Amino acid sequence: MARKTPEINSSSQADIAFLLLCFFLMTTSMDVDYGITRRLPPPVEQNDEEVKVKERNVMNVMVNKSDRLLVNGRPMDLSLLKDEAKRFMTPRPNDDTAPEVETKTFDLVGDVLMSKGVISLQNDRGTSYAMYISVQNELARAFNEMKEDLAWRKFHKHLDQLNEDQTKAINEAVPVRISEAEPVVY
Amino acid sequence: MGKFRKEGKKEVPQVSTSSLPDIVYMLIFFFMITTTMRDVELKVKNAMPKATEIQKLEHKSLVSSIYIGPPRDAKLGTESRIQLDDAFARPADIADWIQKERDSRNEADRPLMTTALKVHKDTRMGVVTDVKQELRKVSAFRITYTTLKGSALEN
Repeated sequence: MARKTPEINSSSQADIAFLLLCFFLMTTSMDVDYGITRRLPPPVEQNDEEVKVKERNVMNVMVNKSDRLLVNGRPMDLSLLKDEAKRFMTPRPNDDTAPEVETKTFDLVGDVLMSKGVISLQNDRGTSYAMYISVQNELARAFNEMKEDLAWRKFHKHLDQLNEDQTKAINEAVPVRISEAEPVVY
Repeated sequence: MGKFRKEGKKEVPQVSTSSLPDIVYMLIFFFMITTTMRDVELKVKNAMPKATEIQKLEHKSLVSSIYIGPPRDAKLGTESRIQLDDAFARPADIADWIQKERDSRNEADRPLMTTALKVHKDTRMGVVTDVKQELRKVSAFRITYTTLKGSALEN
């Protein structure tokens, strides 16, 4: 007759499992990174000709070394920047001082009157990063609101309710036209 | 007359704990799957500014992070420094580091690689601009300024 093997005491199993649990609880980090995504322009070649842009098509946003915001040379409060950028980028065909406009056709959204305006962002080496991010964020907010407006006009939906193709179409119809000035070498 | 009340023991029976290990194991598996070990030891302070217009960083395996901020070690001063992996670096080291990061990824994934700039909010833009210029030189165009969630007007 085979001898009975005594049953293994499993009462400590819970303790072992708890130990492991504690370890993973401590090491886990569920923080998901969020950020403002941008695309850098390719480096400029020495012999590249400067692209001429008409003055009325450019909105100059400058942040100086003491974190002061200057829009087209005039000081402006950060809280007003979003509306100013939105006003600048909104096509106004009958206004000579506003950027030029053109009509382009896109899939799904059809004909869209687009502004040729560019927002030129320039910062000093002494600008603080927090201020720079704030300015980037406000400009991004202006574009996102314009996308939201267009999404509502064309699809009667909010931006986050659109499907993939519609989002793509909106992104094409409202390009984020922020150009960062080449750093100046003193 | 029926007898409704049993006499004798009135104690509540003990709760069976035999399923406790199972529950705990379930939790363990959850944390095992969601866990990601912190891969670098921060040598710089990393209080990031806040922003609202932010996107979630997809595909963490395609993101390489550059940390910029004042050193934690007060002896090294307060000037912002660049940290690549586990060591301080100069802007000139970025090209090699990007190349190394590229080599460690699949060929198909390389165009989708993103560089996350995790910059302390008190950093001056000078060093950030230098880093961006280096990234442009090596064609690492996709960048993201990692931020916290919150109103940017409070920065």
